Amino acid sequence: MYVAVKGGEKAIDTAHDLLAKERRGNPDIPEIATAQIAEQLTLAVDRVMSEGSLYDRGLAALAIKQARGDLIEAIFLIRAYRTTMPRFGYSEPVETSRMTIRRRISATYKDLPGGQILGPTFDYTHRLLDFNLETEGPAQPEIGSSVSRPADAHMPRVLDLLGKEGLMEPPDGASAARDNGDGKVGDLTREPVSFPADRDVRLQNLARGDEGFLLALGYSTQRGYGRNHPFAGEVRMGEVRVEFVPEELGFAIEISEITLTECEMVTQFKGSKDVPPQFTRGYGLAFGHCERKTMSMALVDRALRADELGEERQAPAQDEEFVLSHSDNIQATGFVEHLKLPHYVDFQSELELLRKMRAEIAKAHVEAAE
Amino acid sequence: MTRGQTYNFAYLDEQTKRMIRRAILKAVAIPGYQVPFASREMPMPYGWGTGGVQVTASVLGHDDVLKVIDQGADDTTNAVSIRKFFQKTAGVETTTETANASVIQTRHRIPEEELRADQILVYQVPIPEPLRFLEPRETETRTMHALEEYGLMHVKLYEDISRHGHIATTYAYPVRVNARYIMDPSPIPKFDNPKMHRMAALQLFGAGREKRIYAIPPYTQVHSLDFEDHPFEVQQWDQACAICGAEVSFLDEIITDDAGGRMFVCSDTDFCNKRSGSTAA
Repeated sequence: MYVAVKGGEKAIDTAHDLLAKERRGNPDIPEIATAQIAEQLTLAVDRVMSEGSLYDRGLAALAIKQARGDLIEAIFLIRAYRTTMPRFGYSEPVETSRMTIRRRISATYKDLPGGQILGPTFDYTHRLLDFNLETEGPAQPEIGSSVSRPADAHMPRVLDLLGKEGLMEPPDGASAARDNGDGKVGDLTREPVSFPADRDVRLQNLARGDEGFLLALGYSTQRGYGRNHPFAGEVRMGEVRVEFVPEELGFAIEISEITLTECEMVTQFKGSKDVPPQFTRGYGLAFGHCERKTMSMALVDRALRADELGEERQAPAQDEEFVLSHSDNIQATGFVEHLKLPHYVDFQSELELLRKMRAEIAKAHVEAAE
Repeated sequence: MTRGQTYNFAYLDEQTKRMIRRAILKAVAIPGYQVPFASREMPMPYGWGTGGVQVTASVLGHDDVLKVIDQGADDTTNAVSIRKFFQKTAGVETTTETANASVIQTRHRIPEEELRADQILVYQVPIPEPLRFLEPRETETRTMHALEEYGLMHVKLYEDISRHGHIATTYAYPVRVNARYIMDPSPIPKFDNPKMHRMAALQLFGAGREKRIYAIPPYTQVHSLDFEDHPFEVQQWDQACAICGAEVSFLDEIITDDAGGRMFVCSDTDFCNKRSGSTAA
């Protein structure tokens, strides 16, 4: 009996077997292939790559399969794999204005250089279940030649257009003045975060942060908890080249092409005695096609700039320690779920104290009655 | 690294281990001080011992003998899982016997048997900051430690006494290390606190999610916070262990039926097995 309470090795092995069985489901149904996940559950793959901080569609698909579709579990698998990989160096900054655009919209201008490109989006679909998909699904639609013409090679950023007029603060905002001087970008996976954090580390934290958490925080700023009057200046999605300078070559070579989503929010202006009023920025960037994530990230990034822009910090979304300490879903899920681990010893200690306190009160009552 | 290749000894790469050892050295040099370190993402969840696992991985050598306990027991599921992890990634010998281990990783207990100078005790720590529940901000608590400004903690303990007649902290009971830093001993029952005082073994504490390492070097003074008129005291039981009859060990309460039946047994399984002469559970 006593041993049974404590569980043990056999129980773990059996649990793993049961898990494998559940994952496979009914063996009469064909097993899902990771290539199918990579090709047909692309947005799940994108989220796992983004929050897992590892750009590899194949591994992300494998993680999703192994995690039975639990995306946070899949992100966890990717993070644990990523941590063991050697670090060769850092790529050159990617140039998103030279992105091969598949989608690009601006909510601030009706038309603009490069045009509005809707691309693959749920935005204007009616959310009606398509029962055709229950069976084989419809044939691949033909994309008309007029639609498939390539977008302009160079798409100026909307915020740069505003910047030329002096209406927009520079990309680094006031934080450029606070640069630690070495020009290096922080990396919270190599250095523990200390507060106050710089914007580079903040953005890295948000890029890895849980989509749901950022969505709720971003939403809260729209509802008055740290309002910053945002406009979606631009959302763009497409492919960018990744370049790397190997030490032995000394010049940049292209090593890969990755899909990115970028969002730049135009937010409320500020001015001071010396600087006339300007729009301010919030920035979001993620691997793959992650619009909800990047938009939320941009809202929260802007909210977290409260100190820098001389705004009073009142709302949760403006509170750097609160946001950065709780955005990581792998940390959060681990600590919440660790409550499932045994706590008999601590609980026993509490029981003992509670019984003692109750006995003392009961004794005091008896004495008072006498 | 090609996919499917085996991992480095004890999972972490050597650079990471060196970084962690540096943090450990600093922690040993400043007893009770929380050293920030670049905690890695581990293949087990945060909150399940990632800090302890990283510390163990960094101090483990080929000749070490590892013991892993959770709630004092070698056979609790998480202890089994972590022990298996090191069997797989480090291939070191493991044991359930406290006396035979050179490294002991623990969650929530200190073994009943006295530890020796050639042993290392590695604690898993969920919240390393003893002031966290009094002040949620890291920027504030670090300043409080730096200035040795611990009034808030004493007020909290005092309020406990005025409200409940006791200090209502029964585990993770705060200690003062080497008469300087107030430290969270991890959620061990306060029953175990006195064992930390002048312990011969090196005590290392790893908090993975919170990215902190701290240490108590051998034979260091560890004082559980108290007041002159309310001295620190540990839990006591009216019973002895139902299996081995021990009267000096921490006892777990086991509910035996739904009519209030219960028994008390040692939480330290190795201690209990040795006394009752039975082989491993």
